[in-house]
Amino acid sequence: MTSSEILELVKQYDADSIVSATAEGLYPHVVIKAERLPAIAGFLKTQPRLGFDLLRCISAIDRPAQNTIELAYDLLSTSLAHTFAVKVLLERADPQVASVSAIWPAAEWHEREAYDLVGVTFLHHPDLRRILLPEDWPGHPLRKDYQDIVEYRGLKFQP
Amino acid sequence: MKEIEVHYPPEVLQEGEVPSDIRTEELVLNMGPQHPSTHGVLRVILQTDGELVLKATPYLGYLHRCAEKIAEKVTYRQFTPYTDRLDYLAAMNNNLGFALTVEKLGGIEIPPRADYLRVILAELNRIASHLMATGSYGLDMGAFTPLIYCFREREWIMDLFEAASGARLTYSYITIGGVREDVPEGWTQKCREFLDYFEPKITEYNNLLSFNHIFIQRTANVGICPPELALAYGLTGPCLRGSGVPWDLRKAMPYSRYGEFQFDIPVGRGTYGTVGDCWDRYFVRVEEMVQSVRIIRQALDKLADGPIQAKVPRVVKLPAGEVYYEVENPRGQLGFHLVSDGGTSPYRLKIRGPSFCNLSILPVLAPNCLLADIAALLGSIDIVMGEVDR
Repeated sequence: MTSSEILELVKQYDADSIVSATAEGLYPHVVIKAERLPAIAGFLKTQPRLGFDLLRCISAIDRPAQNTIELAYDLLSTSLAHTFAVKVLLERADPQVASVSAIWPAAEWHEREAYDLVGVTFLHHPDLRRILLPEDWPGHPLRKDYQDIVEYRGLKFQP
Repeated sequence: MKEIEVHYPPEVLQEGEVPSDIRTEELVLNMGPQHPSTHGVLRVILQTDGELVLKATPYLGYLHRCAEKIAEKVTYRQFTPYTDRLDYLAAMNNNLGFALTVEKLGGIEIPPRADYLRVILAELNRIASHLMATGSYGLDMGAFTPLIYCFREREWIMDLFEAASGARLTYSYITIGGVREDVPEGWTQKCREFLDYFEPKITEYNNLLSFNHIFIQRTANVGICPPELALAYGLTGPCLRGSGVPWDLRKAMPYSRYGEFQFDIPVGRGTYGTVGDCWDRYFVRVEEMVQSVRIIRQALDKLADGPIQAKVPRVVKLPAGEVYYEVENPRGQLGFHLVSDGGTSPYRLKIRGPSFCNLSILPVLAPNCLLADIAALLGSIDIVMGEVDR
C-alpha cells in the first residue's frame, strides 16, 4: 500500500484527531492528537489492510523553539511490506502521553528510553524506569537545554 | 524438617509446574556485568527457585556513551567513526546504514562501483559477525573447538578488511558518498579465493557443532519464541527468522543494490524441536553465511571499474527535513531517524539498535527456563552491548 492510501484509511477512521499529515516526501507521516494515540495505534495494528505488526522505533525529538516534544512512532508491516509513521506533539513543560506497550510490547523499552533521555512520561506503562542511565542521574541529556553535569557521586568531570 | 517425596512421575515436572512441596526458597542471583556468557557488560538479576528461573530483569547502560548526543555536536562525516562503535562486530554494516541515511536525506547518488563494493564488504562483515556469533555460541554451550575454527576463517575476512581500509575492527570505510578509497590491486581475486576456501568449511562447522548431539540437547526446545511474540517485541534479523517469519529487509524492501541479487531467506523450521527455539536461531545464522557467499559472488561479477566517490563536499550540509532509514544488519534492522535543520550536524539522530530490541524478549522468555539455559538463550539472541547501550 502506498502512503497516501494508508493516510486515506486513517482519515476514514478518525479525521477529527488528525492535526496534520503528509503522504509525500521522504518521511510520510501523520500527526495526531496525543489523547487519541492508543485508539489510532490499535487501529493501525488491527485493521487488516494496514496490519502494522512491528513497531520499529520511537524517537523523541525536543524542539524548544516550538515549545514541543515530538514523538515519532515508526511502523512496519511484515505481512504487507509497507511502512508509515505516526507523530504526536507534547507540551514541553510536562510531556505526557499514554503508553502503547499494550498494543506493541516492543514499545516498553523504547518508551523507557524516551523517558530516560528526553523525559517523556508514559501513562499506564508497566515499568517506567530509567533504562540506560543510573536512577539518580540529574536531568535528561537529549533535551536541547541540558547542562553537562560537573559532578556525579563524587566524580568530577572536566568539560 | 519436612520429608520430601522424591518419586515424581516425569509429567508432573512440565514447564512452569513445580510441585509445591519441592519449592525451595527463592534465591536472587546476579549475573554480570562481568560474565563471559553475557557477551559484554550486561547485568541480569535472576530470581531463581532451585534450578528454575522465575524472573529475569536486565539492567543496561554499562556501555552507554550517549552516541545520539555526540551526533548533535559533530558533523555528518565526523559521526561515521562513532557508528563503527555501535555494533562493533559489524562496523561495515553500521557505516553503510548511516551513509545511506545521510545520502537519502541529501539526495546523493552513488557511483555503481562504490555500491557493489559496499554490498561485498557488508556481506563479508555479515559472515564475520555470524562466525563470531556461532563460534562463541558453541563456547557458551561448553564446546571450545568451534570458536577456534570460526576465528580461523574470520581472520581471512579481517585481513581482507585490513587490506581495504587499514583497520581490523573499526573501519569507517563506507563513507557518505561512496567508499573511502578503492580496494588495492588483486583484492577481488583474494576475495574470490576466500569464498572458494570458505564455502566447504560450513559443512565442517555443521559436523562439529550444529548436528552435534550434545549441542542439540542443550539448544533444541529451549527458549521457544513463537512468531507472534517475536513480532510483538520488535525482533528482527536471525531472531525473527528463527521464529519462522521470512522477513528480510534486503529482500522485502531492497536498499543499495540488493534488489539485483539472487538469494534465499533461511528461516527456522523446528528441525530438532519447536519452531523458534535456540537451535533454530543458531542455524539461521549458519545458513545465512551460505547466502552471503552467494551475494558476494554475484556482486564481484558485477563489479566494474569506475569512480568510488560521488562529489560530496568535505563538510556535508543537508536540507532541512527528516527521514527514517533501516538496513538489515547481521543482528537485525539497524535504523537511523535523522532530523536535519539545514545545518552541518544532525538536529537529532535516533539510533534503533537491533540488539536493543532483540534483548527486550529476554524477560519474556527467561521465566521457567533452567538456570543453565539462560546462557543458551542469551547466546542465541546474540547481542552486542555497544549497540544495546549506544
